[in-house]
Amino acid sequence: MGILRKPVSVIAAGILACWVVQEFATPWINPYHLQILNTIGIAAVMAVSLNLITGHTGQFSLGHAGFMALGAYASAAFTVHLNPDALGLVPILPDWAWRPLFFVTALAAGGATAALAGLIVGIPTLRLKGDYLAIATLGLGEIIRVIVLNLEFVGGARGFTGIPESSNFFWIFSALLVLTVLMARGVYSLKGLAFLAVREDEVAARSVGINTTRYKVLAFVLGSFWAGVGGGLFAHLNTYLHTNSFGFLKSVEYVVMVVLGGLGSITGSLVAAALLTLLPELLRIASEWRMIFYALLLVVMMILWPRGLMGQRELRWIRRVKP
Amino acid sequence: MSEFLQQTVNGLAWGSIYALIALGYTMVYGVLRLINFAHGDVYMIGAMTGYYAGNLITRGLPAGAAFPVVLACSMAVCGVLGFLIERAAYRPLRNAPRINSLITAIGVSLLLEFGGQLLFGADPKVFPPLIPEQPLFEIGGAVIGRIQAVIFAVALVLMAVLRFIVVKTRLGKAMRAVSFSHVASQLVGVPLDTVVSFTFVLGSMLAGAGGVLVGIANPKVEPLMGIMPGLKAFVAAVLGGIGNIPGALAGGLLMGLSETYVVGYVSSTYRDALAFVLLILILLVRPGGLFGKSVSDKV
Amino acid sequence: MRRTFPSVVFTLMWTVSAVAFGGGGCAKPGAKTIPVGEYGSLTGGTATFGQSSHQGTMLATEEVNAAGGLLGQKVEVITEDDQSRPEEAKTAVLKLIKQNNVVAVIGEVASSRSLAAAPECQKSKIPMISPASTNPKVTEIGDYIFRACFVDTFQGEAMAKFARNDLKLSRVAVLKDVKNDYSVGLADFFEKTFKAEGGEITVVQSYSEGDIDFRAQLTAIKGQSPDGVFVPGYYTEVGLIARQARELGITVPLMGGDGWDSPKTIEIGGAAVEGSYFGNHYAADDPDPVIQSFIQKFKAKYGIVPDAMAVLGYDAASLLYDAIKRAGSAEPAKIRDALAATADFQGVSGKLTMDANRNAKKKLVIMKIENGANKFHAEVKP
Repeated sequence: MGILRKPVSVIAAGILACWVVQEFATPWINPYHLQILNTIGIAAVMAVSLNLITGHTGQFSLGHAGFMALGAYASAAFTVHLNPDALGLVPILPDWAWRPLFFVTALAAGGATAALAGLIVGIPTLRLKGDYLAIATLGLGEIIRVIVLNLEFVGGARGFTGIPESSNFFWIFSALLVLTVLMARGVYSLKGLAFLAVREDEVAARSVGINTTRYKVLAFVLGSFWAGVGGGLFAHLNTYLHTNSFGFLKSVEYVVMVVLGGLGSITGSLVAAALLTLLPELLRIASEWRMIFYALLLVVMMILWPRGLMGQRELRWIRRVKP
Repeated sequence: MSEFLQQTVNGLAWGSIYALIALGYTMVYGVLRLINFAHGDVYMIGAMTGYYAGNLITRGLPAGAAFPVVLACSMAVCGVLGFLIERAAYRPLRNAPRINSLITAIGVSLLLEFGGQLLFGADPKVFPPLIPEQPLFEIGGAVIGRIQAVIFAVALVLMAVLRFIVVKTRLGKAMRAVSFSHVASQLVGVPLDTVVSFTFVLGSMLAGAGGVLVGIANPKVEPLMGIMPGLKAFVAAVLGGIGNIPGALAGGLLMGLSETYVVGYVSSTYRDALAFVLLILILLVRPGGLFGKSVSDKV
Repeated sequence: MRRTFPSVVFTLMWTVSAVAFGGGGCAKPGAKTIPVGEYGSLTGGTATFGQSSHQGTMLATEEVNAAGGLLGQKVEVITEDDQSRPEEAKTAVLKLIKQNNVVAVIGEVASSRSLAAAPECQKSKIPMISPASTNPKVTEIGDYIFRACFVDTFQGEAMAKFARNDLKLSRVAVLKDVKNDYSVGLADFFEKTFKAEGGEITVVQSYSEGDIDFRAQLTAIKGQSPDGVFVPGYYTEVGLIARQARELGITVPLMGGDGWDSPKTIEIGGAAVEGSYFGNHYAADDPDPVIQSFIQKFKAKYGIVPDAMAVLGYDAASLLYDAIKRAGSAEPAKIRDALAATADFQGVSGKLTMDANRNAKKKLVIMKIENGANKFHAEVKP
């Protein structure tokens, strides 16, 4: 069961569908609603990737926005400073071919930067247990922000302007699709069960021959990579970057999405990302009260519904093997 | 040389505030294994209470009496607040997964911050001058102000009292028992709920005192003032070995000093990163913190 | 259950969003009001500035409506909060433009949020007027973006020349807020000009907004024994910086920019800010009836003394309403043209003319703090 047997064709069909929507549907959507839709897409990329680290592998990270910032700044620096115009090159390929290729490279560069940082920090800190890792990643997020503030070529404190508007519905939702399919296939494969094993009981996992550190680092690096991609999409959607967008609160938002959706449920992350992006928009009428509602919701939610919306359940098509 | 001395004085005064906040983190973590993110905001409420108490209650009091009264007010309000937070938000989740409690803590923290902005207004308030500011004495060109001396003294006294409570009293013993094992302590008849409540009250009172001391030294209080000091105080607690009272003191002072030295001799632009770089380093080299090994004082 | 639960959640979600976005629909601008959008930081880290500016804007709107409105219609201001976050600013502005169909947008105080939102206004060809974003890049975004204040370049240069030529300072230290674009920009232009005028910048130190202990930075500054300290920050920190500077024995004059203008500077700083100079948009002790009546009205409505952000919020709104009146139409393109043609508009912050780059050209006043009050000291013409 499940269409995940043929991931390549699923991805291809999905990307084609995204393209059709982008070409024929988005011109008819109110740009405000489209912006919210795109924001949901990016939030979903962030939540699903964090879910790999926190939900499936049980490592608590409070620095996801930091990795997002790295990806955002790296990919934006790539498109702004390394594009053919800036380098004085004339692309060999026609416009319609090199532009998407260039953007994919930029996103990959953003992801790779974040992944590298994840590797450097992950190897030593993943020896730590739970809360310490949370604080270490929180600290990392802050360190990244301080460093970016002092980098003049990405605008420093004045913010990074002039980023081309390359992201759109097509890119965001194609990325989300690729991520979701790969994640579902990876995590719910036999090998992928190792991630869940690390979360459930590290000692037991080690005793059946799972190299727990390796899986933890792997989850952390992969999660960071996609956070970087999410950052790249974010940068090229909003065309302006400022470190204030990547504060501690942002990391918290993604953690909340993962927990609210249900730890380890990809479906849950998707649902929660949509809900928690829509909710503040719906609460706009409440203006000053809306963050208070949000805060209350967190507390009440955790007390009344501690396992999240989905628990560990998934939509049927996301499951391949039962854990 | 006089500059170095001055920086040391600055660092110690600032570090003792970190230490006061760090103590609350350390105690709560020791007993519940919970990073109480709302702790920094309790400190904010302490400062705000000090602001209102200082303006309302102490009008008629002589200059010397105002400070102790305001300090007591803030500590009382924060104690009650700490009790309420634990009762309403954390207790229902005591047996839930760790991550749920943490998110609840973040929720409470956001509630206090944004509720504070709504209730008190976002603009900064001017803390009433409870202690007239004047240089107390000068050593080798370094100025030590009366306020700095008061901060340091009050912080030390409060920590000594705390240590006495933890080491000598029955409740203190119960706290140490609970921090060792919830199940075992309940088996020998320790009333878990009471002990946890007491820990929150005690820790919150210290944060309240920290708020007043900060208000006196830097008379500007506003609803978001607790975020950064809160985080850094937690780092200080980890630095000293979380769950360890002398560790929190040492960690706080060390943080204050190193931040000050970095500003003075390296570069002020990287000051905010320093706390977290230190944190990651200490976690790598000595995950238990500087004093983490000594189990005897664990709270 | 296993099969149905997710679908229930999805159905719920779609219903919620359908009600919110489909059902609500877009209220077309009725014949009765002119919808004007405002976005600002009503909550979050810089809420105090957003709220001030909002108060100014609302006061101006009230006045216009009390006088019969514009073009025979009342002005309706729709305000959105951006939580002090750039990406929220973009969404808020999109909502104002696409959902509320506003004809113009007022905002934001902080350049970072203006920079995030301005491209949307430009794309939809809706004029945007920022009350207080001083980063030169904001109006470079396009011909629909205006500002009601001077830019960092002008103020930084003016203060540097004042320090060098009037106060005759030769060695100045700078203490800036490294997380604040306004502060960093002002510091940069100050340093550049001050050096060009033959002065020396002894040391540049920094802090982050929200800090309350500056003793380490100040001790390092004292070690260089400068004859003046430039503190281009906001009033939220400046008062404390001054106090701690005096405490540590720094007695040289302090200087700053319009971020200083608030009663809080003197309230917090007390005797420590005595003898300091700062650049500002207007002098509250100016007997000019425009200024005095504004201060009276503001006090009567809100019970507090207006600060610089309130003045600029008021001026930005008045400027826009004046442009709508002159345009004789509430069409965005016509409002834009009228805004661009603004000349010698009498705002609270002085006579204002839009230059070719849509930046307000207006005078800067230098204030001196004396006897616990801001006193007019000098004027710098653009």
